[in-house]
Amino acid sequence: MIRREFVRLPVARWAISVGLLVALGGCSALGHGFLAAAGPVATHERQLFLVVSAILVFVAGPVLLLTPLFAWHYRLGNADDAYRPNWNFSWWVEALIWIPPIGIVVVLAVLLWTWTHIDDPYRKLPGAAPIEIEAIALDWKWLFIYPDEGIATINQLAIPVGRPAHIRLTSATVMQSMLIPRLAGQIYAMGGMTTELNLAASRPGQYLGKNTQYNGAGFARERFTVLALPGAGYQAWLGRAHAAPRMLDQTTWRAVAERSVVPQPVFFGTVQPGLFGQVVAKTGGSGSAGTMHGMPMKAKDSR
Amino acid sequence: MNTPVWPLLLGRFEWRDLPFVRAILDPSASNLVGAFAGGLVVVGAIVVALLLTRYGKWRYLWTEWLTSLDHKKIGIMYIALAFVMLSRALVEAVLMRGQQAVAINNPGFLTPDHFGELFSTHGSIMIFFMAMPFLTGLINFVMPLQIGARDMAFPWANSVAFWLTAGGAALMMASLVVGQFSTGGWTGYPPFTELAFSPDVGPDYWIWAVSLGSIGSTMAGINIACTLYKQRAPGMAFMAMPLFCWTSLCTSILMIFAMPPLTVATALLALDRYLGFHMFTNDLGGNMMNYANLFWLFGHPEVYILILPAFGVYSEVVSTFSTKELYGYTSLVLATMVIAVLSFTVWVHHFFTMGQSANLNAVFGIATMTIGVPTGVKIYDWIWTMFRGEVRFTVPMLYALAFMMTFVLGGFTGILLAMPPLDYLVHNTLFLVAHFHNMLIPGLLYGMIAGYHYWFPKAFGFRLDEKWGRIAFTCWVVGFYLAFMPLYVLGASGMARRTHEIFDPAFRPWLYVAMAGAGVLFCALGSLFVQLVVSIRNRDALRVFAGDPWDGRTLEWSIASPPPEYNFAVVPNVDGRDIFYRRKHAEHQAGPYAEPYAYEDIVMPRNSASGVAIGVFAAVSAFGLIWHMWWLGVAGGVVVIAALVTRSFGRDQHRILLAADVAREDRRWRAALAEAQAIPRQREMTTANQGLAER
Amino acid sequence: MSKTATEIEQPNAEQDDTALFGFWIFLMSDAVIFALLFATYGTMTQATAGGPTAAAEFKLLPAFIETLLLLTSSATFGRASVAMKYDEPRRVLFFWLFVTLGLGLVFLGFEAKDFADMVADGAYPSRSGFLSAFFALVPLHGLHVIAGCFWLIVMIVQVRVIGLDRRVKLNLLRLGLFWHFLDVVWIAIFSVVYLGGHIA
Repeated sequence: MIRREFVRLPVARWAISVGLLVALGGCSALGHGFLAAAGPVATHERQLFLVVSAILVFVAGPVLLLTPLFAWHYRLGNADDAYRPNWNFSWWVEALIWIPPIGIVVVLAVLLWTWTHIDDPYRKLPGAAPIEIEAIALDWKWLFIYPDEGIATINQLAIPVGRPAHIRLTSATVMQSMLIPRLAGQIYAMGGMTTELNLAASRPGQYLGKNTQYNGAGFARERFTVLALPGAGYQAWLGRAHAAPRMLDQTTWRAVAERSVVPQPVFFGTVQPGLFGQVVAKTGGSGSAGTMHGMPMKAKDSR
Repeated sequence: MNTPVWPLLLGRFEWRDLPFVRAILDPSASNLVGAFAGGLVVVGAIVVALLLTRYGKWRYLWTEWLTSLDHKKIGIMYIALAFVMLSRALVEAVLMRGQQAVAINNPGFLTPDHFGELFSTHGSIMIFFMAMPFLTGLINFVMPLQIGARDMAFPWANSVAFWLTAGGAALMMASLVVGQFSTGGWTGYPPFTELAFSPDVGPDYWIWAVSLGSIGSTMAGINIACTLYKQRAPGMAFMAMPLFCWTSLCTSILMIFAMPPLTVATALLALDRYLGFHMFTNDLGGNMMNYANLFWLFGHPEVYILILPAFGVYSEVVSTFSTKELYGYTSLVLATMVIAVLSFTVWVHHFFTMGQSANLNAVFGIATMTIGVPTGVKIYDWIWTMFRGEVRFTVPMLYALAFMMTFVLGGFTGILLAMPPLDYLVHNTLFLVAHFHNMLIPGLLYGMIAGYHYWFPKAFGFRLDEKWGRIAFTCWVVGFYLAFMPLYVLGASGMARRTHEIFDPAFRPWLYVAMAGAGVLFCALGSLFVQLVVSIRNRDALRVFAGDPWDGRTLEWSIASPPPEYNFAVVPNVDGRDIFYRRKHAEHQAGPYAEPYAYEDIVMPRNSASGVAIGVFAAVSAFGLIWHMWWLGVAGGVVVIAALVTRSFGRDQHRILLAADVAREDRRWRAALAEAQAIPRQREMTTANQGLAER
Repeated sequence: MSKTATEIEQPNAEQDDTALFGFWIFLMSDAVIFALLFATYGTMTQATAGGPTAAAEFKLLPAFIETLLLLTSSATFGRASVAMKYDEPRRVLFFWLFVTLGLGLVFLGFEAKDFADMVADGAYPSRSGFLSAFFALVPLHGLHVIAGCFWLIVMIVQVRVIGLDRRVKLNLLRLGLFWHFLDVVWIAIFSVVYLGGHIA
């Protein structure tokens, strides 16, 4: 299929080998993202990606085919083509140009509506009662509080495999965004407000999470690990966390809130209750504007 | 070094605000790059001044260009500004690509803050000081010629708008020499850009540069709209206008309605920063979500402001170089209007992840996808224009073809991003960066470069070198694919944007390819400059004085190249679309070059220094406000107001060109026309092309 | 037929039409700015951060007086426009322009006192988001009125120095549009901000 003369060109050979190298070496990169989904939310979202991409091939395809085809066939040098310099309209062509795209948009709209409601970060996942987690975005680290367990960590989130986690987020500093691409989509964390994210892991493993909303010099290093542990492993992790000597209260909070990158995860064995609410209030939450899903007033617009 | 030098006079300026001082105190790679950049600006300004003195061109520059109210001159100045700023922003992109290629488990050669400034200036410059000036310049130059007008509706306001934009660009350049720029991106989201998190001059530079640019663009929008509504030649109904004029009209309406939200967003941020307001702060009731809404109420129509003029260029280019009438004129007009209206209904898709309800996100997602329909209609209309035409692969046509095929890939990823669940996965990753560059480079930039090639002969009287044009084209296309396709993969792999350091070695091969692409794009820009130099040197061989090098269809090709100051010796009467082409090919008429029955006196505006004064001193005032040099802020403002008032009192602002002189100039051109050799399209790229088309 | 030097300086009817059309469009863009500030204000009426509220701070009597002043000034400007259109004696035009200016300045005086009272009461813009939104919107209108008064002074001087040539008349027409526009915006402020602040 590829002409022999073309392959003999040194440039072509170089381009092909580089291309293969990149594809082979680089494909492992995709294992870091949603194409290697490891939880029900990311898996469902990946499904949408594949379905929509397949449909869109029929949108892009005609353009990619017809453009070079027409341009080449109707080139000035070609004497074998018809030339109709004043031909500028045809109802058939109009119908072809307007109707199929509208149809495709309608189909995509149905998909969009359905998937958006199912993959809503605020939607509680089916199954067992979720693990409750409070996440506070800081410069440049994430603080995870387990209010039901009375423990907290910096930059390490552990969840039991197969059980949903319900994360409430806020920011003690600027707008941030928590993304764990192999498990779920992201959600902003903002001062004075709470947002929510529901996710689960269906396989044990270590998954990377990060902030994607630029917040200064330490932004690139604001990463954390999500450990999806089988039941016993999760209990063991909790045990280790409870045993941690550090305490998280108003005094130690000051040190935590300082602008810094934390190279290794830190554990707090005891946490002062209500700390999350205090952070929300301190960063401007007037108390009434608790959740911001929908309009600030609509507390009743909950899942 | 760390305390203000002279607060009363110099505000908060400290010695270490000079990049040269920073480089001496700490000669890190990052500081040396900064000092070099600052030095380039200073040395560049000095070199330009020296050259102007050496060749005695100060007076020429002042009277022929800077103070001119002529839409053609202003248009060319806009485009020259765009090319200068494109050069800077492209170099910044190469630096960022370089940093990301090198900084894998390694701090790289740029500090995080320096990197932060680079992505902020890159975006701000490309949008506000490259793309907006480029498209405004093209519209300025071409549109009045296409509608048979002598100038824009408000020539003086045209000058003011240009100089405000130039003033904003000057502030961007000043940030290289003194102080630093914002690290908050081109979007400037609070609370990061509030005093609590960024107390330095950076966000203030951003606020004022963008404000000056946005006021200039609003004025330009009003001017363009009024010109199209009121100055069309007799007989030119709206549906007889060239497509480029339709897209200019819709662009201008978008400018009028979309720039104010930006003005409000930046002004409110300024109130927070200067007067301690709490519009967007974390504490005391500020609401950062209002900023996001205001900014993107501007930001989404803005990208349609950027793309519609390029669509207009493609309509002209594809029709002319398919030697055929544009297919589906009415559909194209309808599609343009639908795009303009819908562009105001989709802004939330820029922050799907901000926690809105599923209903809200879904509605905006569906609205976003809907814009794909009229856009697709336009692309198909261009494809069907080629059908049964005679396609010539000139450089502008090559850009149009590359655009059609590459832009559709960006549309593909755009629909993906319009789906909230997918946006949740790739928002703020390199996938998003790849998508919008996929729209802006093949869409806007190829369109602007195509327009530059297409109308350059009209503006200057000689064609651009075709060989170097093809070299540049190849580099732009290859460079784009190499630089941006890897970013889709990286974004899908979870790599965030604006990342100065990478910790996943698996990303390395993709970042290397992207770096190579950036290098090729740099060569593309270089090729354009080489092309310009080569063309100027060969201008006699490339001359197309007769005015119609491409066998054009619209009115701008019916006059000399370059056009006389007043464009048309006699304002033409129009009776439909593609009037020039029809007159060339109508058997029974006198033809497109018949001498007018009678010449009349023409009133032209005189030059004015007030536009320059307003732009320059608005920038000076802004500079004072940035540095808290309150005396300078006030003084600059006073000069601006004084210039306005002075202009308002002036009563010697026009001059008459006598009919006899107009007649003489016109007859000279017609005489030369009679001597010129008409050529068929097969020879349009040869030196035989004098700008006269065979009929 | 050649035109004289003064003739070419004056706009013809077509150019007048275009100039007024352009000014309407500029007013539209200004209206968008005010609309956005109203919308922003609307989202922040509850963001009082424990500080002064609308009901406590917005005094309806001064606001009502300001409304009357501005409405009257629009009427007096209209009277001035009539004087200009029907070529009444110059002093009539001057009189009504001066009255308009006076009313505008008195309006500004009342508004300044209003703001000073609020600040003395602890209702200053940096106290809360609600007050910031108020002080972003209402003083912007005030700044426009200041600009209008400055423009009025310039026009009075121009009529005195240059006379009523076509350009001066055109500028007066545009100033009229601007002045009436500010009146409309004030009515919205009075209704949405002041009256609205006492309803909720």
